[in-house]
Amino acid sequence: MDFDWDIFTAALTSSAFLQGAMLSVALAVCAMVLASILGFGVALLRISSHRIATTVGGAYVWFFRAIPTLLVLLLIWNAGPQLFPALRDDWFTPFFAALIGFSIVEAAYMAEILRSALLSVDDGQHLAARALGLPPHKVLFKVVLPQAIKVAIPPSGNELIAMLKYTSLASVISLRELLTTAQSQVSVTFRYAEYYSAALIYYLVIVSALMAAQHLVERRYRWISAGRVSQVTHPTVTPAVPA
Amino acid sequence: MTMPVLQAVDLHRRYGGTEVLKGVDFTVARGEVKALLGPSGSGKSTILRLMALLEHPDAGEILLNGKQVGVATSSNGSTRRLPERHLAVQRRDIGMVFQRFNLFAHLDVLRNVTLALTEVVGLSKTEAASRAEEMLQRVGMAGRLRHYPSELSGGQQQRVAIARALVTNPSVMLFDEPTSALDPELVGEVLEVMEGLADAGMTMVVVTHETRFARRVADEVMLFDGGVIVEQASPQQFFDDPRHDRTRQFLSHLPEVGH
Repeated sequence: MDFDWDIFTAALTSSAFLQGAMLSVALAVCAMVLASILGFGVALLRISSHRIATTVGGAYVWFFRAIPTLLVLLLIWNAGPQLFPALRDDWFTPFFAALIGFSIVEAAYMAEILRSALLSVDDGQHLAARALGLPPHKVLFKVVLPQAIKVAIPPSGNELIAMLKYTSLASVISLRELLTTAQSQVSVTFRYAEYYSAALIYYLVIVSALMAAQHLVERRYRWISAGRVSQVTHPTVTPAVPA
Repeated sequence: MTMPVLQAVDLHRRYGGTEVLKGVDFTVARGEVKALLGPSGSGKSTILRLMALLEHPDAGEILLNGKQVGVATSSNGSTRRLPERHLAVQRRDIGMVFQRFNLFAHLDVLRNVTLALTEVVGLSKTEAASRAEEMLQRVGMAGRLRHYPSELSGGQQQRVAIARALVTNPSVMLFDEPTSALDPELVGEVLEVMEGLADAGMTMVVVTHETRFARRVADEVMLFDGGVIVEQASPQQFFDDPRHDRTRQFLSHLPEVGH
């Protein structure tokens, strides 16, 4: 059986694949955004000086790194509606359930990335910000966090790419993301090579786009004056004038 | 006599088992420049950090313009440390310059200087920018507004750091070894800016190893060693005819006590 290019291109251009791919990207990106926010909160708990806060933060990271993501998805999708009647309504879609599941699990990993990023910011930066009279929340959001984000970008890029591929786990809760779409076509036609290859191409394209996006973000965090660096020779000091 | 700008009263500070400050007292009058000398690791920086309200003393008081700062006094006379957000308000009146500059790496020169104006004082961006530019002009850095700290020499960074501390109009400027991290050829430009400030009447406390600067610019020179201020005298007396053996010994170890 030869590789049938017609089936391959038909699959590649089919709306089912495109929809599956968009679902995967949307799920991964949304979950990553939520996980970053939640993870940031957990990271703050972890580095707090309050004993209870560090314990709660530590417990969160321990729990969600210990249990399989698949189990979390099954719990949310199957056990959730049994325990909470509110989840039996139509709004509780597989996408929504997957979003919650991926977000809370990923938050544990993002918490560790952000914790180390926050701790990597030089202590002198805190000190200078406090000395200027910035209140604690502005020390964090105006000075420390922007510098921590720079450190957190590369590992977060890894996480996002990994997450994109993990979205296929959501097939167990009947979410028709990219790989599930390919799989369902295969099960009807038995054209493994063509449909899997089409999915492969989609993954390559999506990950390439994500990498390009990461590159752009990293450039924004380089903190150099674009092309306006004049030669630093001997600095001239104009005499200080009285106030 | 006018009220002192800054007063340290019997400051004590302990790190683990070591008592770094064993009762430090001194007073800085308006427009006065005090130089604080002493061996490395003796706790000079700790004194400045306490006065900048960045750390709490274990005992003792700090008075800024006659008012005790860093603590809240309750009706029965007992005191407790102020929470960080209240300390932040009191810190606005104190300018601090660090040994390692500590410019905000993610902000350009102008934004480094405007940050406190927009985020603390509450000025608009344009007002803040014009005041910051004025201040950067004063330290000779107006030509580098859009540069980031990593693109500047140490001396330039420190001059920006001085402008950043100065722009909120503090009552007193604290300098923590401002030239110790600089290449020798860059020390002069920073000292020049500081001398200009002193001439303009700024109240300053300078922890330094630059004895020539201390002699020329300071109104009073102090030697801090072993947790206490050993000697406190006019520059002339301090360098030429110190009263204490410890001071004489300290000065003899310096490469030069310039004239």
